[in-house]
Amino acid sequence: MKHVLESVESQFEMFQILNEDGKIVNKDDMPDLSDEELKELMRRMVYTRILDQRSIALNRQGRLGFYAPTAGQEASQLGSQFALEKDDFILPGYRDVPQLIWQGLPLYQAFLFSRGHFHGNQMPEGVNALSPQIIIGAQYVQTAGVALGIKKRGRKAVAVTYTGDGGTSQGDFYEGINFAGAYKAPALFFVQNNYFAISVPVEKQTNAKTLAQKAVAAGIEGIQVDGMDVLAVYAVTKHSRERAINGEGPTLIETLTYRYGPHTMAGDDPTRYRTEDLDNEWEKKDPLVRFRTFLEEKGIWSEEEENKVIEEAKDEIKQAIKKADEYPKQKVTDFIENMFEELPHNLQEQMEEYKEKESK
Amino acid sequence: MAQMTMIQAITDAMRTELKNDENVLVFGEDVGQNGGVFRATEGLQDEFGEERVFDTPLAESGIGGLAVGLALEGYRPVPEIQFFGFVYEVMDSISGQLARMRYRSGGHHTAPVTIRSPFGGGVHTPELHADSLEGLIAQQPGIKVVIPSNPYDAKGLLIAAIRDNDPVLFLEHMKLYRSFREEVPEEEYTVEIGKAEVKREGTDVTLISYGAMVHASLKAAEELEKDGVSAEVIDLRTVSPIDIDTIIESVKKTNRVVVVQEAQRQAGVSANVVAEIQERAILHLEAPVLRVTAPDTVYSFSAAEEVWLPNHNDIVEKVNTVLNF
Ligand SMILES: Cc1ncc(C[n+]2csc(CCOP(=O)(O)OP(=O)(O)O)c2C)c(N)n1
Repeated sequence: MKHVLESVESQFEMFQILNEDGKIVNKDDMPDLSDEELKELMRRMVYTRILDQRSIALNRQGRLGFYAPTAGQEASQLGSQFALEKDDFILPGYRDVPQLIWQGLPLYQAFLFSRGHFHGNQMPEGVNALSPQIIIGAQYVQTAGVALGIKKRGRKAVAVTYTGDGGTSQGDFYEGINFAGAYKAPALFFVQNNYFAISVPVEKQTNAKTLAQKAVAAGIEGIQVDGMDVLAVYAVTKHSRERAINGEGPTLIETLTYRYGPHTMAGDDPTRYRTEDLDNEWEKKDPLVRFRTFLEEKGIWSEEEENKVIEEAKDEIKQAIKKADEYPKQKVTDFIENMFEELPHNLQEQMEEYKEKESK
Repeated sequence: MAQMTMIQAITDAMRTELKNDENVLVFGEDVGQNGGVFRATEGLQDEFGEERVFDTPLAESGIGGLAVGLALEGYRPVPEIQFFGFVYEVMDSISGQLARMRYRSGGHHTAPVTIRSPFGGGVHTPELHADSLEGLIAQQPGIKVVIPSNPYDAKGLLIAAIRDNDPVLFLEHMKLYRSFREEVPEEEYTVEIGKAEVKREGTDVTLISYGAMVHASLKAAEELEKDGVSAEVIDLRTVSPIDIDTIIESVKKTNRVVVVQEAQRQAGVSANVVAEIQERAILHLEAPVLRVTAPDTVYSFSAAEEVWLPNHNDIVEKVNTVLNF
């Protein structure tokens, strides 16, 4: 009898390009990005960090609504999105609003999503994405479907989805990767492992040593990547995307990352389940810090440049909030209208009733 | 006696039963060290240890299956579904398995499981958190559905549910968790499952509701009193099975009824109440039985929640319709 668990698990090692000090440790896999592209990646990370800070502040002032903080996860979120094309289809989770924004969702709509206005969920033409999924795992099974559809149509594109470490416990997670594997469908399944599902540490989530190894049971490729290293995340995504498009099947990508903030802004208190030591340990791995060091040493990034991005972000956020404030108020009649193509009798009656109520 | 919020009363009920019966186990997502996202299990892991009160991996179907299996091993599981909008993930465990355990084994196995879960609107949650889905489970024979409207009932009903030898779904309206305190005995007591309560006596019209809508109904009754209308208010407390006797007795007295639910109008608990009344007491009615409900859309995006949810004004309006019929 042969026991294989240990030997299989030990094969999964974290892929990295830039270490914590901003030094390249893996030259061979360094992605082919121009200086402009490298700077654009940094610009997006800085911008998104500011957006997170502003969103938290707005939430505290009662001006936002539902918000799941993103600081710490920029490399994982934006490094992966940067490797996508317009034609790819994104199925995000509730924390993955930044990917949608960089895929083309206007900022004011992201704010409306937070505020529970359905215009936040109305993707503009040309943005191939669903609004953030609330039901953990649902996006994984659907991704298998989108990917199979893409394959059947013969399009050169991929379906991309995200969940967290907690999400890998759902039945839907296994079904999604297994279905995509069975159809060799062009899908990228991201697990952003920030080590906690609300309060539950990943060690309590599973006995598996890595989450990437879950790919093995589905018969697909799995890889664990340093989720604080934007170049590593980009390189893995780019490579996996190419494989998927070439008919080599889906990939499960585990990014090791950390959320610096609370789970959401609805009363979560991380001090109940995380130690300060752990927080400090991860502060040192900050994806912005190491990439900044790398770019500065390359001589293509400066404090001035960064300040410019910060000002630009603040300004655009202010404009977007204004636009969200001015957007027509959400109405119940909007909901009724969007229940069916043709309204059945009960809804026709209720349409009249709520038209009257809402005109008062 | 102590002043407790509904959530404290719920914690207290679990503490009472964890103490009383070593087979009681409390588990779910974040219920351990974190004490639950609403702090319903606050302090319970510290007091009873991780063997009795524990976190599960993130999977509702897993939680449901675990409950079924532990029940088969003689435990009395009290799992939490973090928000009842996630019930679809655990639907098979509830309706396909738990509710049929006694039946399909010819009484050989039972499933003394109490599933607790928050639900209910008005607190600006994201999608699939606030939906009133009690009607889904009320349609399933083999499981009871309990919805308290106040701290006293919450404690007594939850203890009764945990002691019940059949499965019970215990739904906790989020808006009521901390909205008020009342006197709750520190000692153990039960409130009978399947028994409604007349919260306010009246002679002109009966308002029948449950959960947060009990408070909207009471508020409506106060307004109506100013106009000289005497409204009786019944809190169903259990929506499956329904306490027909209390309802019919009241109908015979007032001859007019409005049924109030937070859920959408189509199907649902209130339709069942209306049907029971007309089958059993039609000759006592002076007007059709009307309903106050939410409209038949998917649960409101939170920006329009206040308009979408039924309120006391809607109730007063419907009462005036039945009075002037
Ligand atoms: C089906 C389902 N169950 C439970 C929840 C409640 N919930 C929201 S986030 C969360 C933890 C998720 O953790 P993880 O998957 O690690 O992602 P993270 O939030 O850390 O990004 C839980 C339990 C939900 N939204 N959907």
